[in-house]
Amino acid sequence: MAKAYTPGLKVSARTNFRARRLLPVQGDVLVKLGDRVRARDIVARTFIDGDVVPVAVASLLSVQAADLPDLLLVKIGDEVAAGQIIARSKGIFGFGKKEVASPSAGTVESVSATTGQMMLRGAQLAVETKAYIDGTVVEILPGEGAVVETDAVFVQGIFGIGGETIGAIRMASATPNAILDAAQIKPDMKGCVVVGGARITAVAVKAAQAAGVAAIVSGGIDDSDLKAILGYDLGVAITGTEKIGLTIVVTEGFGDIAMAERTFALLKSFEGREASVNGATQIRAGVMRPEIIIARTAADPEPTHGARTEAGALEIGTQVRLIRDPHFGVLASVTALPNEPAVLESGSKARVLEVAFSDGRRVTVPRANVELIET
Amino acid sequence: MSLPSIDLSKLRYILATDCGSTTTKAILVEKIGNSWRQTQRAEAPTTVEEPFADVTIGVSNALTEIGELAGRRFIADDGTIIRRKSDTDANGCDLYISTSSAGGGLQMVVAGVVAQMTAASAKRAALGAGAIVMDTIAANDKRKPHERIQRIRELRPDMVLISGGTDGGNVQQVVQLAEQIAPAKPRPRFGGAYELPVIFAGNKDAAAQVKQIFGAAGEKGFDLAVVDNLRPSLEQENLGPARDKIHDVFLEHVMAHAPGYDRLMAWSDAPIMPTPGAVGDILQRIAARDGLNAVCVDIGGATTDVFSVFGGTFNRTVSANLGMSYSISNVCAEAGLENVLRWVHIDMDERELRNRVKNKMIRPTTIPQSAEALVFEQAVAREALRLAYVQHKEFATTLKGVQQQRTVGDLFAQVASGQSIVDDMRLDLLVASGGVLSHAPRMEQTAAMLVDSFEPQGFTQLAKDSIFMMPHLGVLASVHSVAAMEVFERDCLVRLGWSVAAKGEGKWGRKCFSYRVSGAVVAAGELGCGDVALVRVGPEQEVEVVVEPAKDFDLGAGPGKSVTRRVKGGTVGILFDARGRPLTLPESAVDRKAAVARWAKVWST
Repeated sequence: MAKAYTPGLKVSARTNFRARRLLPVQGDVLVKLGDRVRARDIVARTFIDGDVVPVAVASLLSVQAADLPDLLLVKIGDEVAAGQIIARSKGIFGFGKKEVASPSAGTVESVSATTGQMMLRGAQLAVETKAYIDGTVVEILPGEGAVVETDAVFVQGIFGIGGETIGAIRMASATPNAILDAAQIKPDMKGCVVVGGARITAVAVKAAQAAGVAAIVSGGIDDSDLKAILGYDLGVAITGTEKIGLTIVVTEGFGDIAMAERTFALLKSFEGREASVNGATQIRAGVMRPEIIIARTAADPEPTHGARTEAGALEIGTQVRLIRDPHFGVLASVTALPNEPAVLESGSKARVLEVAFSDGRRVTVPRANVELIET
Repeated sequence: MSLPSIDLSKLRYILATDCGSTTTKAILVEKIGNSWRQTQRAEAPTTVEEPFADVTIGVSNALTEIGELAGRRFIADDGTIIRRKSDTDANGCDLYISTSSAGGGLQMVVAGVVAQMTAASAKRAALGAGAIVMDTIAANDKRKPHERIQRIRELRPDMVLISGGTDGGNVQQVVQLAEQIAPAKPRPRFGGAYELPVIFAGNKDAAAQVKQIFGAAGEKGFDLAVVDNLRPSLEQENLGPARDKIHDVFLEHVMAHAPGYDRLMAWSDAPIMPTPGAVGDILQRIAARDGLNAVCVDIGGATTDVFSVFGGTFNRTVSANLGMSYSISNVCAEAGLENVLRWVHIDMDERELRNRVKNKMIRPTTIPQSAEALVFEQAVAREALRLAYVQHKEFATTLKGVQQQRTVGDLFAQVASGQSIVDDMRLDLLVASGGVLSHAPRMEQTAAMLVDSFEPQGFTQLAKDSIFMMPHLGVLASVHSVAAMEVFERDCLVRLGWSVAAKGEGKWGRKCFSYRVSGAVVAAGELGCGDVALVRVGPEQEVEVVVEPAKDFDLGAGPGKSVTRRVKGGTVGILFDARGRPLTLPESAVDRKAAVARWAKVWST
């Protein structure tokens, strides 16, 4: 039986999802096995040394390094506040005294006898890892973090940019085939995961950035808009660390393409609920896709569909989407599956299938250029 | 894994697969009478992505299809390969072998002590080896240690290159850098027992401590290699050893690996060869046998590999991020869309094309359906091939590894050392392999792509891998060289014809050279600069070709000197190319489109 192969994106109304949450450096795990955590809770924390701020005290006082110890108003180990006077020169006959104020808060770490430079160590910096999803701690990784598990709605996108974020789902489009433009972005969408229908425009992204939107999920995006948003032409699709103020997840592809109806309906049915979103994408062997996760509660209805993964058998009547020009994004149903390869308009020979569009028109396309759609 | 003892005399059915990043190609080689022939071919999408994430599923699909075509079953109900137990068995094969490049491109993180010095040199070494540099870590990059560690974790690099310190110089900071990278423990993207390759090319005095930090192979999840310092002194840069090591490690450890690689190894009767290794082997055999200078290119979905043999010296480069599916967006970004579009003679909407490129990247297995889509795809291929060949020429130098003096002013310039041994005028044979070249609907399209991107000079024979089987034959040669060479001659190599091209530049329309063809085919003409002509001379037809260039043009004997050669034709014929070398296209879009359309018309006459 012929198989349609696609990137195999998972769209599931109910799945078991596990997030491995690790500190980059060793630290304290703040949760225990079995703890219930919220997405924004901190599961592990450590402190690293604060920044070192060099202060050329001798030079600022216009004195020799050897004369500095008598002029210092603080000693090694003292904590100083920003703006606090840390040294004062004697001046001439008490006149023309110079003072040096600390440029920042910190602890005096050292004073060089050679250069007269003081090193101020800033306050310790906290490095924290959040739970990312609402769920239960099912594994503790000592000194590193924890694994959080949840019963979740899980939607994989095909491409995204920007890292992890959390926000309430807010529908911006009424239908999955509506373009998401700036007019649909409202000021009260601040901190939300905004769901559009089809293509999202660059101006909509700009409006969303201005409104403080956490993430945008939509069917498609123009590559020229992506270039405008990023400020460069994306060559290799390894994303997730862009600093653009929000996260973008595209569920279907580039261009004018509507979000799959089921994905749209699924997200809509959870409007108002908090979602965890990550735009990180790596398209290569060992692929990584962007994701949207909504923790389910006991009150949520049982899904009527199982997990959808867009790969399976092609049969007469199977619903497919055409994923290559000249019919990119069009939905159709399979009407014939000829065994013999056919010559395409390009002159190439390939195995094909015949599909019917909703208006009854029939076309023949390569089997490689369709993906299955569950209705 | 050593070669198993195989009784070659008992072999009759040999299955070979090449697991590319996008497509898994299978061929059946059969013994018919006393000769070996390639009899069937099938392909299936490579299954490195979810929901399969197991390369052997694609292999199984391709072998199932080849079984249907051959009327024999090769795949059992449990998905494994059926082996023949006796001569009368109606199903199964005697030998299964494979190559793989399913791991795809090369993405690296490089590190050095000072961003503008050693880290910059490390970046140059990685770029020179064809890698994408995902991030450059430096002690003075203004990031905190935990931010660097987090970044490495998120990026999941294929390989890390650490430099830093001049020889005899700073040890402490280099060791600190290594200490920050080791705890990042990037999770390998292929999972399993794969160990992350780390190359250390820094202060030699720090090597022992760096070895301690990363541990021996199999100890801490790293596979450390130590090479000469790429910045032995502030003024000297020595990129060769690091660049060569990156290349070797990529080929041996990264490229072939993919989810399910362990199973594939268990299935195969001989060690799995990286695809470029197999293609390189077969090219060397041909070049040595016929005494030729040869270049072969294999363009895939993620990578483009170029091989050359000049004066018996073999060179191989893998441009890790130039390809027609996973890497298609990178080709357009590196070359610039305007350079791709210069090969297109029909009007196309840029917005639409940009989306098309990205959609191919995210859905790599789709194929061009319309004539317009094919024109664009072949335009992208020309740029991928051109860039890969430029990189190959820079790599294949006479003075590999020679240290280059750098001054502060050179810090940001990337200049290759040594002189390339690839000489387009001395090139005898140019072989095309890989999907977009092997499967072009018309042979003329393959020949045109080769000539436009490689710009051969003088007389150069053009050939193509008929259905893309050079990798299979390369690995077959490691087990049964007789079978491999027989199939190569009979079923693999298709001789397209000749490119006869003048080196030099001149005003368009001015006389470039005249040609006379006599023998089995008779033709004559004079070409002005910017013109091309195609004379059809069949594969079995032999002709004498006399070319007389104008004084500023060279066809192999020197400027203005005539050349006479006896040649056999090919499926395309002899292309006389007076567009000049280097090949430049008109600047005005209208003139350029007209010229490209005119050349395309000549190819199709």
